Amino acid sequence: MTAVDDRPAGTPAEAPRRRPNPLLALARNSWRQLTSMRTALVLLFLLAVAAIPGSVLPQRGVNPEDVRDFFTEHPDLAVWLDRVGAFEAFSSVWFSAIYLLLFTSLIGCITPRLVDHVRALRARPPAVPKRLGRLPQHTVAPAPDGGVAAVAEVLRRRRWRVVVRGDEVSAEKGYLKETGNLIFHTSMVLVLLGVALGSWYGWQGNRLLVAGADHVFCNTRQQYAEVKLGPRVGDDLPRFCLQLDEFDARFLPTGQPAFYNAKVTVDEDGDPPRTAEFSVNSPLRLDGANVYLLGHGYAPVIRYTDRFGRSQTSAVPFLSNGDLGLTSEGLAAFPDANVDPATGERKPDLQMAFDGLYLPTAPQEPPFTRSEHPTEENPLLGLVAYRGNLGLDGGIPGSVYQLDQRQVRNGRLTEIGAKELRPGESWTLDDGTTVEFLGSEPYIVLSVRYDPGTTLLLISSVGLVLGLMGSLFVRRRRVFVRLLSADAADPAAGSPTRGSSLIEVGGLPRTEHPGFAEEFAQLVAAMRGDRPADEVDGVPDAREGAK
Amino acid sequence: MSALSDQLVSITTMVYLLAMIGHAVEYALGNSRAVTAPARELVGAAVGAGGVAVAERDTPVADPAGPAQRTTRRAELAGRIAVGLTALGAVLHLAGLVTRGIAAERMPWGNMYEFVLTVSFIGVAAWLVVLVKVPSLRRLGLFMTLVMVLLVATAELVLYTPIVPLVPALDSYWFVVHVSTIVFASGLFLLGAVPAVAYLMRAGYERGKRSFPYTLAKRLPAAASMERLTFVLHAFAFPIFTFAVLAGAVWAEAAWGRPWGWDPKETWSFISWVIYAGYLHARATPSVKRNLVAWLAILGFATMLMNLFGVNIFFTGLHSYADV
Ligand code: HEM
Repeated sequence: MTAVDDRPAGTPAEAPRRRPNPLLALARNSWRQLTSMRTALVLLFLLAVAAIPGSVLPQRGVNPEDVRDFFTEHPDLAVWLDRVGAFEAFSSVWFSAIYLLLFTSLIGCITPRLVDHVRALRARPPAVPKRLGRLPQHTVAPAPDGGVAAVAEVLRRRRWRVVVRGDEVSAEKGYLKETGNLIFHTSMVLVLLGVALGSWYGWQGNRLLVAGADHVFCNTRQQYAEVKLGPRVGDDLPRFCLQLDEFDARFLPTGQPAFYNAKVTVDEDGDPPRTAEFSVNSPLRLDGANVYLLGHGYAPVIRYTDRFGRSQTSAVPFLSNGDLGLTSEGLAAFPDANVDPATGERKPDLQMAFDGLYLPTAPQEPPFTRSEHPTEENPLLGLVAYRGNLGLDGGIPGSVYQLDQRQVRNGRLTEIGAKELRPGESWTLDDGTTVEFLGSEPYIVLSVRYDPGTTLLLISSVGLVLGLMGSLFVRRRRVFVRLLSADAADPAAGSPTRGSSLIEVGGLPRTEHPGFAEEFAQLVAAMRGDRPADEVDGVPDAREGAK
Repeated sequence: MSALSDQLVSITTMVYLLAMIGHAVEYALGNSRAVTAPARELVGAAVGAGGVAVAERDTPVADPAGPAQRTTRRAELAGRIAVGLTALGAVLHLAGLVTRGIAAERMPWGNMYEFVLTVSFIGVAAWLVVLVKVPSLRRLGLFMTLVMVLLVATAELVLYTPIVPLVPALDSYWFVVHVSTIVFASGLFLLGAVPAVAYLMRAGYERGKRSFPYTLAKRLPAAASMERLTFVLHAFAFPIFTFAVLAGAVWAEAAWGRPWGWDPKETWSFISWVIYAGYLHARATPSVKRNLVAWLAILGFATMLMNLFGVNIFFTGLHSYADV
């Protein structure tokens, strides 16, 4: 409370009259400080600075693998950085604190301005000042025939807000500036609200989907490889099922992708199944979720026939290793192989796995390590066979993309050979069992999302841009006119040609307005009646009526 | 067509270089005039006191002004030629972009090379518009053309990439809207940063500083008019930039499923946006010094450059299609 102790020094004069509660005074002062333009400026600057670490350091939300790499490369630093939330910078305490302060300031700033503006909108332009000559723009001109009424008419037609008081006219224009500014700042609050809504009630999940009826995916949490639910999302996700029927990708000779399109069968709860298509820039919009196509690859279909003549087929998605040719790697594991069908006895040392490298377009000559093109022009599957204990008993479920190398190292899993296969070829292993490469199915990488905040975000974005335009391009200005009787007029100011009276006009730009002098001159000309020809045609009755 | 585009761009650099030389000549001759200027001002003041102030400019003043006026005329000529060359450069620049676009069969802003070329073209075009409206700002042309030569030459020598088509994520209606507005706003911000720098130098000069960078500002337009130009350009560019960033969010929603994901490009656009909002705020706050305001504009442009060059080079993100 040192701030309170400091106060008496500054305010002894006021103290006797009203003894303000020091706490209240502190609160009021802090509030005034917080909602000042200077504070807003400092907070804006801080916000910009605070956003930098999030772009320099890897972020969990963007590149989780990079964060893991960072931990292995700089273990000590990473732990320390993680403690201050540097890998989730945009949801960290310090970042949130800055923008929450800024938005508090913002709300504290717009509320009184909103009240003022509503009042200003309902108020009439102020009375004509005594000395018009003191305004930045000032002139004396012959009065039009219709006198004050005609002047007011000219201003009204140009959409000025006009009030006539006796021989005087006050007019104001450009209220849209403040309106726009308030819309802009309010929209910013709505953007924040939209983001909050999305993070509370939204959810998202990612997974791969292999083509074919055997691989239908239905929307439940368990079906996702990765899933993120907002804190207010219940366990029930909207029900729908997707089956990939066809995937179409076209590439340039260089291997660069040119076009992706996925055809699916959608089975939404309650509706008959229907087919739909989606591609990279046009997601599949379902009731309660959108499905985005993020990538694609191949799932080689491998059939293994064991010692008892039982066949099993696997179509596991192989993951691209990142080159343009879509060289991909994967693992076909058969943990249930070589189970005696008569006794049901499972021999843990006879499980099978094939580590594979798939080249959609293999080169003509070895080494067969890199695919030359992502389309399947010369497909080749390199397999390394392993037999033994796969180490899956620990309870890790089926979809494994990598062999457990520990099992190889401790000798429980042995490599028994390697071979390259083309579609339709088979390979007989040392124990007489066979493995066949049947071909491949395409798979796609899906992101399924629901974000209830997007509509609000869209509306507030429109508000941001329109409000900003009003705020920056509209200018607030006032014009005052006073009718002078002939004898009051200064004879040196000019020779009145029409009638004997004059008008004195003053103009006041209320915001910076370089073109105001020009506008003012045109306005005065229009008041005098020398309008451009096309305008005169349009308004004969106005003059007639004034006579 | 692609080779033609490359040649046009090379010629454009040359023409801007010549324009810069023209402005430099104007500058140099203008400086020599400054020697006699005080005398002339005295004469003017004396005449003004005599009550015929309006005639001052046309009065052939006594001896010392004679050769000075000839240099002035030559400086004037050099300046005009420089502006003419800038305009010619702009036409060639545009031709270079159009031929590139025709050769690639798409809008010419698919990689950094094309991006920088387009941004600098917008800068030049906007500069020519400013010149038509306020011819007295011509002396700023030396700085403008210098920036243009640097940008176009960097694009040509460092960033050049052969033509490739777009990846599917970029093949979208929103891509055109997003990128064209980003390019347009960037061009205006680029143009706006030049008078901001010039303002700082000139304001220092007007306060009586005569050390190195300030002396360059001797012949520049008045500080106040450059400050106003800076503001007008930023006030014009900011809503466009805001729209561009939001259009990017709409596109990102359609392509990646989220309007905003804090990938490095998005983060730096956010930083630029906040800094420019700070600039507009600072300028609307009377208690903030105008020098600080100008520095904010420069800082804003520095963050734009960071986004264009730094992010593409140092970081990887979803936007890293924009290969160096
Ligand atoms: C969330 C952060 C904010 C952003 C991004 C922002 C952005 C802007 C922008 C771009 C303008 C320019 C429009 C114009 O010049 O008319 C502006 C104007 C203005 N802002 Fe903000 N603002 C923010 C917060 C605030 C806060 C907290 C306050 C109150 C302290 C405030 C008060 C004003 C005022 C009074 C103007 C009008 C300035 C004028 O033109 O006279 N803003 N704001």
